Amino acid sequence: MAEATPTQHEPHPVVKEKKIIELPEHIVEIVSDSGEGAQKAGQTFGAISAKMGNGIWTVEIIPAEIQPPPRTITGASGIRIRLGSFYITNVGDDADLIVAFNEQVLLGRVDTGNLKPGAIILLENMWRTHKDPAIREAYTKTYDRLVSEGYKVIEVPMEEECLKYTISPRRGKNMFVLGMLCNLYERDLELARKEVYELWIKKGEKVADLNLKLFNAGYAWAEEHLDFKFRIPSAGITEPQVVMNGNVALALGIIASGMEVCAMYPITPATSASHYLSEIFEHVGGIVHQAEDEIAAIGFAVGASYAGKCAVTITSGPGMSLKTEIIGLASMIEVPLVVINVQRGGPSTGLPTKVEQGDLLAALFSTHGDAPKVVMACSTIEDCFYSVITARKIAETFRLPVIVLSDANLATGQQPFPRPRFSRDWVAPPIDQSPVPPGTKPYDWDPKTGLSRRIIPGQPNGMYSLTGLAHDREGKVAYEPWINQEGARSRSMKLAAFQKTLKPPKVFGDPEGDLLIVGWGSTKGAIEEAVTRVREKGYRVSALNIKFLQPMASGIKEILQRFKKVLCIEINYSDDPGEELIDENNRRYSNLAWLLRARFLIDVDSWSRVYGRPYKPGEIEQVILEKLKEIK
Amino acid sequence: MFGLDLERLLDVEEEYRRLEDYQGGMPRWCSGCGDNAILTAVQRLLRDEGIPPEKAVFVSGIGCSSRFPHYMNAYGFHGVHGRALPIAQGIKIRRPDLHVFVNMGDGDCFSIGSAHWIHAIHYNMNMVAMVHDNRIYGLTKKQVSPTSPKGLKTNTTPYGSYIEGLNPLTVTLGVTNVSFVAQAVEWIPDLLYEVIRQAFHHHGFSFVRILQRCPTYLPDIFDPFINDPNNILILTHENGLQLDDSLARIYKNQIEHDPSDIHRAREIASDESKAVVGILYRNENVDVYDEIRRPRRVTTLEMRKAVLEREFDKFAVNPVGGDNHNENDE
Ligand SMILES: Cc1ncc(C[n+]2csc(CCOP(=O)(O)OP(=O)(O)O)c2C)c(N)n1
Ligand code: SF4
Ligand SMILES: [Mg+2]
Repeated sequence: MAEATPTQHEPHPVVKEKKIIELPEHIVEIVSDSGEGAQKAGQTFGAISAKMGNGIWTVEIIPAEIQPPPRTITGASGIRIRLGSFYITNVGDDADLIVAFNEQVLLGRVDTGNLKPGAIILLENMWRTHKDPAIREAYTKTYDRLVSEGYKVIEVPMEEECLKYTISPRRGKNMFVLGMLCNLYERDLELARKEVYELWIKKGEKVADLNLKLFNAGYAWAEEHLDFKFRIPSAGITEPQVVMNGNVALALGIIASGMEVCAMYPITPATSASHYLSEIFEHVGGIVHQAEDEIAAIGFAVGASYAGKCAVTITSGPGMSLKTEIIGLASMIEVPLVVINVQRGGPSTGLPTKVEQGDLLAALFSTHGDAPKVVMACSTIEDCFYSVITARKIAETFRLPVIVLSDANLATGQQPFPRPRFSRDWVAPPIDQSPVPPGTKPYDWDPKTGLSRRIIPGQPNGMYSLTGLAHDREGKVAYEPWINQEGARSRSMKLAAFQKTLKPPKVFGDPEGDLLIVGWGSTKGAIEEAVTRVREKGYRVSALNIKFLQPMASGIKEILQRFKKVLCIEINYSDDPGEELIDENNRRYSNLAWLLRARFLIDVDSWSRVYGRPYKPGEIEQVILEKLKEIK
Repeated sequence: MFGLDLERLLDVEEEYRRLEDYQGGMPRWCSGCGDNAILTAVQRLLRDEGIPPEKAVFVSGIGCSSRFPHYMNAYGFHGVHGRALPIAQGIKIRRPDLHVFVNMGDGDCFSIGSAHWIHAIHYNMNMVAMVHDNRIYGLTKKQVSPTSPKGLKTNTTPYGSYIEGLNPLTVTLGVTNVSFVAQAVEWIPDLLYEVIRQAFHHHGFSFVRILQRCPTYLPDIFDPFINDPNNILILTHENGLQLDDSLARIYKNQIEHDPSDIHRAREIASDESKAVVGILYRNENVDVYDEIRRPRRVTTLEMRKAVLEREFDKFAVNPVGGDNHNENDE
């Protein structure tokens, strides 16, 4: 860890020598009161780093309230940037360095355990001399505490320095901070200045110029006063990338898939996808329809899809619960439909802004009766984009609802991924509108696959009345018992036919060993990173991420069988076997563990927590090391 | 190019002119059920208007009345209880070529579907919504409905229902963007037909409440109106109903009502001592959601690609030293 020499007695000595610390990765946080631009500084820093070929992951730190009072612990607003010399797939462990605009928002991060012991803190020092004695006291108290706890606290005269260039430093500090960070991390100066310029030029030459000055000031201040620099070598990424969050990726996936109707009702953390989509969907003839509630939204989507325009409805937990009846309808009447659930903490209103993977079993089973549907999960931000395209194809080919599970972690994280190359195959081919031969049946189920030709309203000779009641091949209400059986069977066979197209997922690590960690969705990056670490220590551990959860690909059982022990790690609730009341008769497993146990008759174990945050690779590593002790 | 191409839809010659061309399955309603008369009126309308059966879609919920689509020869969507309106809206949003009709029961529309009812009026999309109001739950065997009169004995209110029935006409007339509100009774078929015909020709969302007899569960609820024609109040106007002599002789209780007068419409609707028949309100100068939101042009594959590339550009991070040309496969 770097030596940070400045003290409060001799505030800013000019340094003569720099220590250059080379590391494979660093986690940086910038926190401020909301409105002080920490996020903008962090995003720009992330973009510069990505352009320099580093792997990055950024995630916003969002206060619970819309306008939290300034200088409060819960008001911390900001951003975390993880940069490394390898491809980064998750938020990482604890922060190595944090820039804080005041000591209270800093405490918001320290007290929730987000900083490494001994982490570097770059702290705005204007509060030390503030006219309000209470503020002065709070500042010095916190400063002293953090120093005594071993953090390397460096006081930075941000306000004072910025005042040299602007009368409202509150708005300019973020560029000063960016300059400081660019110096600390040896960012390409020319590239960084260009980014700053482009960020501000929309507001005019004057504004751009001022921000460049502030940036330069920050850069110079760090050069003069900090005696260390970090060198995080490039990951060697050279191909064009796009950087966005998972919700934007979902929205772009909707456009790329050729779907034209998105019906929704606002709900965190899904809504931002609809915000973004609303801005651009009309340019491709699409419509975002905000319905009166989630039931109306999915009804609208089913109607549009029935009429020939494959549609999507996007929601989160509580909205998903409301949609279940019509998901069952779509399954029964075989109308294609894409349902996206950006999961949050549940049940009920739960943790609206926080991550959880608690809706897997609900996605599979919450509809009454047997309602076959496909359930798939997005594991990365890039995957959010492509999953929607795939989902639409499956929905239309197999005439059934496809549920796509994303989550709050993907929705708010940003990660660069290779710029997608447009392909005609993404977009739905035109559907057949010609007259159907007289006598064509709307559910002429193929005896083997259950598939049948879809007829849409407007097609001459095709008139029929679909119904959510049990129905025969002509769509007529079925009164004979065997017809209900035949319909149920046909709908199930479609799922089997689709299952035959799936390839087994790839094992991360060796195909056999002592322990297999199985996950699904957004935990992929953190799990694989943890597995990499323990493998480097010599343990025989591998990982598996299952994308298609219903149906599951063939070959998974064989993969599980090649390990002495299988452990599911997911972000949902499960009972710990160590609980006094818990035994094999009542233990409730994590969602995926239930599924794997039921399907494969393998004694799959589970470990899960509902902290409302993504797992850190470090904590997964600890869980793995503990679990390994049980394997002899 | 993608999905459905409206340009390529076939123009079908007007060849359908027989009632049988619009008849679907044999109705299975109880004998004497008022739904039969509504079915006949609608079949007549389609025939008279020469609507190709494939261009009509009947959407319903769940209930006796919601079996309606099965008895039409047209496209039908017999969905889930209470949600017919959002489904119909989804159908209409990108298919201006389809004539969308919605048939709901009173429980379907005014109870479980009440949110959608209010918002369908507010959205004002081109379609005809008919509520078969028998003031009872038929399919589930006689439970109280929002429009059941106070004191009605049903299976869930064996001592009589507790609260005054809801007046769907005043509710509808109170919603912003209301565009067409009418009421008919199924036992006067010519006026029923005429009310639905005017609803069909209305530009916007047409709401028609139809008082419908359920001889099985509420055999005499409408007797006061049926036995004494003076308890029927006919609204006449040059822009509304005009009675021929034979009807005018039976239904003497008529008032002239200008359907553009919403205040008078609300007053008339508030008095439930008489069964009103006629057009209460009509205003075609209300924004129509499906028209406002119609795409301006057809999106080609090239346009879709251009939009995506422009968006990718916004999010682009091109590493220095890399090959930043983004070639695409087409
Ligand atoms: C979600 C749901 N709740 C309840 C029902 C049961 N149900 C079917 S029809 C109906 C009410 C029917 O009354 P109404 O809408 O007035 O139609 P009618 O049968 O009188 O024509 C009910 C409660 C259902 N099918 N779905
Ligand atoms: S129960 Fe009543 S509403 Fe239902 S079909 Fe019979 S008569 Fe008609
Ligand atoms: Mg009823």
